[in-house]
Amino acid sequence: MQLGEETLDILADVSFSVNSGETVAIVGSSGSGKSTLLGLIAGLDIPSTGRVRLDGVALSDLDEDGRAALRGRNMGFVFQSFQLLPGLTALENVMLPLELAGRKDAAAVAGEHLNRVGLAARARHRPNQLSGGEQQRVALARAFAVSPRILLADEPTGNLDAHTGAQVIELMFELNRAQGASLIVVTHDVALASHCGRQLRLDAGRVVDTPVLQ
Amino acid sequence: MMPLALRLLLREWRAGEMRVVLLAVALAVASLTAVRYFADRVEQALGQEANTLLAADLALVSDHPPDPAFAQAAAARGLRISQTTTFLSMVLANGHGGDAAPENGGSAAVPIPSPPAPLPPAGEGSFEPRSRDVQVNERNLLTGIKAVAPGYPLRGDLRIAPDLFAADAPTRAVPPPGQVWVDSRLASGLGVKPGDSVEVGAAHLRISAILTFEGERGGNFMALAPRLLLNADDLARTGLVQEGSRVVYRLLVAGDSKQVADFQAWAKPRLARGEQLEDVRNARPELRQVLDRAQRYLGLAALLTVLLAAAATQMALRRYVQRHFDQFALLRCFGASQRRLMGLYLLQLGGLGLLAGTLGSGLGWLAQAGMVHLLGDAIRLGLPPPGYLPPLLGLAAGVLLVLAFSLPALLRLARVPALRVLRRDLGAPPAGALLAHGVGLALVAGLLFWQAGEVKLGLIVGGGVLALMLAAALAIQLLLWPLPWLAQRLPTSARLGLLNLYRRRWETTLQAMALSLGLLALLLLTLVRGDLFDSWRNQAAPGAPNRFVINIQPEQVGAVRDYLIGQGIADVTLYPMARARLMRIGGRVVSADDYAGNDQDARAKRLIEREFNLSSLAQLPPDNLVTAGRWSSTDGFSVEEGLAKTLNIQLGDELVFDAGGLPLSGRVTSLRKVEWDSFRVNFFVIAPPGAFNTLPQSFITSFYLPKDRGAVLAGLVSAFPNITVIDVEQVMGELRGLLDRVAAAVQLIFLFSLAIGVLVLLAALYARRDERAREIGLWRTLGASRRRVMLALATEFTALGLLAGGLAAGAAAGVAWVLAEHVFELPHTPDPALWLAGLGGGWLLVLGAGLLVTRELLQAPPLRALRRD
Repeated sequence: MQLGEETLDILADVSFSVNSGETVAIVGSSGSGKSTLLGLIAGLDIPSTGRVRLDGVALSDLDEDGRAALRGRNMGFVFQSFQLLPGLTALENVMLPLELAGRKDAAAVAGEHLNRVGLAARARHRPNQLSGGEQQRVALARAFAVSPRILLADEPTGNLDAHTGAQVIELMFELNRAQGASLIVVTHDVALASHCGRQLRLDAGRVVDTPVLQ
Repeated sequence: MMPLALRLLLREWRAGEMRVVLLAVALAVASLTAVRYFADRVEQALGQEANTLLAADLALVSDHPPDPAFAQAAAARGLRISQTTTFLSMVLANGHGGDAAPENGGSAAVPIPSPPAPLPPAGEGSFEPRSRDVQVNERNLLTGIKAVAPGYPLRGDLRIAPDLFAADAPTRAVPPPGQVWVDSRLASGLGVKPGDSVEVGAAHLRISAILTFEGERGGNFMALAPRLLLNADDLARTGLVQEGSRVVYRLLVAGDSKQVADFQAWAKPRLARGEQLEDVRNARPELRQVLDRAQRYLGLAALLTVLLAAAATQMALRRYVQRHFDQFALLRCFGASQRRLMGLYLLQLGGLGLLAGTLGSGLGWLAQAGMVHLLGDAIRLGLPPPGYLPPLLGLAAGVLLVLAFSLPALLRLARVPALRVLRRDLGAPPAGALLAHGVGLALVAGLLFWQAGEVKLGLIVGGGVLALMLAAALAIQLLLWPLPWLAQRLPTSARLGLLNLYRRRWETTLQAMALSLGLLALLLLTLVRGDLFDSWRNQAAPGAPNRFVINIQPEQVGAVRDYLIGQGIADVTLYPMARARLMRIGGRVVSADDYAGNDQDARAKRLIEREFNLSSLAQLPPDNLVTAGRWSSTDGFSVEEGLAKTLNIQLGDELVFDAGGLPLSGRVTSLRKVEWDSFRVNFFVIAPPGAFNTLPQSFITSFYLPKDRGAVLAGLVSAFPNITVIDVEQVMGELRGLLDRVAAAVQLIFLFSLAIGVLVLLAALYARRDERAREIGLWRTLGASRRRVMLALATEFTALGLLAGGLAAGAAAGVAWVLAEHVFELPHTPDPALWLAGLGGGWLLVLGAGLLVTRELLQAPPLRALRRD
């Protein structure tokens, strides 16, 4: 990033690969570039240098629409701030990616996923009528509803208390196991990171080590 | 509290948040004040323009020399005064017709129609001079004589030329003693020119100029005899004004409008019998209508501007307040009491309103100055300087708009729990506070009526808008209902768009209401303007009859018709005419004493005191429309509906007239609507053919004759010396000029209101921009292509535009009809094209503006949208 005369490297020398079904935690202090990295992995942004490849396809070779289509086919998202649309009910929020994919059975599939996160009874409630934990569960239902190959989660427990956070982590990993998706999660949360097969530690935009747990 | 409020405001300002609200309110105030400034100035200018036709701001008209107390009172108020004396008398080319005997059996001047009667529109039966035939022979002419004093006219200018058909120029002088100015008809009729002498009564006076323009003469048909202007000092020498003469005295007054009003208020209760105050409104009914309608239109435009401004402000503030829940919770957390916080926010918002009001007033002033500069030439009005009221109005409107529309939101803010600081997910407290909305609405309604200055207009527009809002809320809910069903049958993108509308039903309703309000304003102003322009086009239209010929004797009918046709004048119809006094209506004896009190009665009284013009026809005149009963070509009377209403004449009543001692009676079989301002020959009462067989009758016709064909008239007069030709070309020219100017002013205000209408459309679409940015970001993150997002948005905007457009068209049709009927009193024909304009315009505008507003969001990387929190 160019700041006046100075060039600021937000990420540098970051190189790693994630295999199918693998779970990876990206950890590091605030401002270390975790969320930026996740954005690049998702193709929500593109790096000034370097490449992100999915199944051998470089995301930066695709245009914005190409990347969007790729996301639609392959990725699910969970955000720290939930990113539920306030005007829509829980069910409608879950239906959204299905509808974008042109699925006629959006309502049924969404209902089923809400049921799996235990919120069938809250289907008609709007985000402001749900607790933080419930909102994140709706977000999980939305992320898994399209059966993604990769789930990208940005501080999924960052806005939740420890107890609720633990419940959400449980649920996320359980769903992930059931669907066999790869999971890349950005987090501060040691408990959450410890659930992952691998941790990628970032410091000032650089990968410092990649300890393999388990 | 004040310094804290200011500090907060300043911080808000730095944060950029307030600038949006400030801009929206300032723009709203700017448009409001610009319309107001401009309307004020145009109104004043139109008034002054009209005053030149009265030659004054106010005239005291009487049939006797007015009490000098009036002139003294006017002078004491610093008003300029002047007096005129007018009467009809013979003028002789010198050396001829020495026996210029006064015509009216002993009195020196002949009778002329009673002056206090306001001039009827053209054709309203009474335009024929009540004097006996205007005599035309080689060397003398019955002439309207006016004695004027230096200073006349107080408003406008006279124009004179040194010789017949020479170029003329305005003058501020009056004829010097011993000299007269005559118009071209008198000069031609007498065969005299400047330098020659004429005899006016006992005085021999020298013609020193040809009078080419006299504003005051205007539509005064009774004065359509040739004109001679003489100096007031010569009046006594003529010996024409004696006891019993029918003379009209006018005391003209002009000056500061407040002083004029003050003088008017002082003089009104002091009027004696035969005295009457005339301002331009009652002196010139045909102008009054034009001015009234123009002012009402400007009022309507300003009124809609207030409404639009309110809508724009509401939308901007809603967004602002919603963003302040956190700040409020935080301050509560820091220990601020609810009361203190409310005070703080009220001060802050009041300050914002004041700032926006000041800025807006300044902008408004600049905008109107720009408009005046750009169109100053085009509208040819010497505009007076802007008044001090609009900036005050602007300031008040700024504060009022901000407070009225932030009140409900403020009350909502007050209920934000401090806990929100810790738990953002607590969300905002529900809306509600009916009372607060009520107060807000009441404040705006107050502003509305203040702006409208007319309760009826305010009520109709306010009622129309309220009805629209309620109907819109209901209709939108109903129309949204089948959307999910429809959506399932559409491609994905369209489905997304429609579902988006459906799922945010209340948001959609609010947005559609704002959009339809904007569209309503656009449609309404267009429609009413159309009606107005149509009516003005009909009035004094080029090619409308500009000459009337009266006093054609029955035996001359064929010859006159042949002569006119021989001169190439098409469509010559000669109508028989008899003069008669109404004696009985349905068995009851009619007496002027039965009518006393209101304006309607005063008119009835005048109608009964004088003779009517009746015709006897087998066919209805072309622009007459039977509104009740049935037209009969064989028996029964047909009565003009206004007259019937004034005199309470019903279908089936037997009317008995006295025509010079001979009775004429018949039953009313139909009522007719007559276009009095069409300048065609029209009659109050039409009798069946043959009804006049035993009565004294003459014939009348009207036709259009280009200005350069005056020879036709000269030929007509010389072939038939007994007839009278009345020339209304000059009057119509003036009227046309005035209409052009008024139309230009109306057009201008219309364009300005259009602009703010579009602003509201944009504001309505901007109101959801934050949420939409997130939504688009999420859609894109979840894999929607740009094209798909765009199609979804296009579907949404299309549906929204059609919805809003349809509602606006419905409301506009209703309100325009009520306005035409009750405020502008114009004929209004429902136009199916309105629906096309509403639906098509709504669709195009909302789609275009919607895509414009969201274009940037579509281009932004999705990550940016998601990080907005």
